[in-house]
Amino acid sequence: MRQALRHHLFWPVAALVVLVVANTIAKPSFLSVTVTDGHLFGAPVDILRAAAPLLLIALGMTLVIATRGIDLSVGAVVAVSGAVALEYISASSDPGSPVTVLVAVGIALGLSLLLGLWNGFLVTVLGIQPIIATLILMTAGRGVAMLITGGFITTVTSEPYKGLNSGFFLGLPAAIWIAVGLFVVVAVTVRRTALGMLLEATGINPAASRLAGVRSRTLTWTVYAACGLLAGLAGILVSADTMAADANNAGIFIELDAILAVVIGGTALSGGKFNLSGTFAGVLVIATLERTVTVLGISPHVTPLFMALVVVTVTLLQSPRVRERFAVAAIRRRPVPDGGRGEAVEMSDDGAGAPDGPGADAPVSGAGLAVSDAEPSAAPDDEKEITR
Amino acid sequence: MTTTTERVAGGWVAALRPDRRYLPVLGTLAVLALMLVIGGTRYDNFLTPIVYSNLFINNAHLIALAVGMTFVILTGGIDLSVGSVLALSTVIIASLLQAGWPVAVVLPVAVLTGSLIGLAHGVMIQVFGVQPFVATLAGMFFARGLCFVVAPESIPIDDPAFTALAGWDSWMGHFRTTAAVVIALAVVAVGFLVLHYTRFGRTVYAIGGGEHSAMLMGLAVSRTKVLAYVVSGTCAALGGMLFAMGNRSGYALNGVAMELDAIAAVVIGGTLLTGGTGFVLGSLLGVLTLGTIQTVIQFEGNLSSWWTKIVIGVLLLIFVVLQRALSLRKT
Repeated sequence: MRQALRHHLFWPVAALVVLVVANTIAKPSFLSVTVTDGHLFGAPVDILRAAAPLLLIALGMTLVIATRGIDLSVGAVVAVSGAVALEYISASSDPGSPVTVLVAVGIALGLSLLLGLWNGFLVTVLGIQPIIATLILMTAGRGVAMLITGGFITTVTSEPYKGLNSGFFLGLPAAIWIAVGLFVVVAVTVRRTALGMLLEATGINPAASRLAGVRSRTLTWTVYAACGLLAGLAGILVSADTMAADANNAGIFIELDAILAVVIGGTALSGGKFNLSGTFAGVLVIATLERTVTVLGISPHVTPLFMALVVVTVTLLQSPRVRERFAVAAIRRRPVPDGGRGEAVEMSDDGAGAPDGPGADAPVSGAGLAVSDAEPSAAPDDEKEITR
Repeated sequence: MTTTTERVAGGWVAALRPDRRYLPVLGTLAVLALMLVIGGTRYDNFLTPIVYSNLFINNAHLIALAVGMTFVILTGGIDLSVGSVLALSTVIIASLLQAGWPVAVVLPVAVLTGSLIGLAHGVMIQVFGVQPFVATLAGMFFARGLCFVVAPESIPIDDPAFTALAGWDSWMGHFRTTAAVVIALAVVAVGFLVLHYTRFGRTVYAIGGGEHSAMLMGLAVSRTKVLAYVVSGTCAALGGMLFAMGNRSGYALNGVAMELDAIAAVVIGGTLLTGGTGFVLGSLLGVLTLGTIQTVIQFEGNLSSWWTKIVIGVLLLIFVVLQRALSLRKT
């Protein structure tokens, strides 16, 4: 049981199970998938299709975060990519031809790759902090997207382009195949070769890994380029879904959702170790949560509140530093002949959720408890440590 | 240390050369002056008192946000929640005033809500070791969601006491000042004094310079870091108050992505995101620079807001590269 609790997938999967159970109670047909004309329909398929762009972006984001970086510009890249593709199609003489669509996708992906390379250039060559380097494109990128569309929402009708998202292939929407397929390909490439380990080495200590012969700079640059490319692909999926290039709202805040998915999945933002399966689970948690809120009849505007509570709960519960901290504190306190304080430590250990934490069935109250419980016991301790 | 020896050796020439710490701020000042000159030569009525007054009146809330953000960034952290906290503050003020509470109670309640959210961030970051980015991101979602729980629709503010406060203005020659501007400038002044003349301020700089060293020096690192987030949350809620004074309404979608403007203002104002270097007055200049970009684009008259974003991006790039070059030369 303890080992299961420690597994990195435990908390994200637990959150997912809670959400699915809540949905099924509210709407018993939630999990049912029907087959019509050889196509699968149902809430799970919908959730996966809606999650496809987020999955692609979270995939790139995980790799970037593994190198101790972050990419805030993905939302802007989504907007630029969709804008370029749809502007090209709408300007062409034959919007319905597959060749036009192919060229449009090619141009959009090429531009996204360039934007990714630009981010990588700022981070690796100029040595600018990733968060600020990508903030530049995050701010300017949406402006560029608006420049491309001229400030209008370009709507286009093109069957092949629309098919990129909602066309069916072997029973499932194309978007799912594209996103999950790429995810698996990248995951296998990273984990079945030494690439993943090299990325982790770069994230843990770029200087040391460079001295050990790892091409840290090239790797980091490649990862930003890949992240840009994946964001571009996500932009195509998003624009193919709405068939409109909305420079203002396409992919808005998707970078935050992606970062949340990565964090829920157990990858630390401090870089080094990453796990893609966790990211996958994290994406499913966020997508299902968005769906849950509508199923339960809550205003979708309130979704952020639940998202925040889930994030706070999961990050607090799985944070190894929390457990480490309490373990260290317990060891340090033991020789001190002071019974009362020792008990407090035991209590806050429970609150931080190592064994049967309150998070599994009641994430809402769990978050509040964990914060308020541990504050008085841990804060003074920290001060003491410093003054000593 | 090195600057003092340089100064002694170089005599009065070196004494005239500005301290390297001030270079980014002087750069911002130069950019601001350049934009004002360009605007002044391109358009009539650009260099008029009313334009300067509006620069402050329209950006009073952003000034407050940037001051709080400066504290957090100086410690090496970041606060992504300020835009949402601003919205929450406007919503709380509007809904409580609608419910008939007196202004003297409503405003402190709104500001204290911001402080509480800041405290929660600080505790998550310092006690639980959650990354500032994640903690304040969660706070951002939390505050935004809470806005919609409190008030799903825009609420107008027609409380007589509040509108009297918001409508107060004073003319100094041709310059117009409103209560919001006075409050914003007071926040800047307090921020400046706290950072440069108190133990708390010195500890903030020390943490940014090297958290571990600060800890070894026996400084109250934990308390200071938590307090920095409290300051930021309080300033964000104050910004919400100023925003509500400008708009006379509370709306849950106020200040979307405003945290980015605040971060951009702080960075353009010369504060290093790694912490330890920067000035509140620089952040004020950063806000004024952003405001001037908007004014120029308004004078240009084509209302293409995307140029604002692109110019801000380019300015960010210039300043980040400049700072990077300066920090490379230092080492």
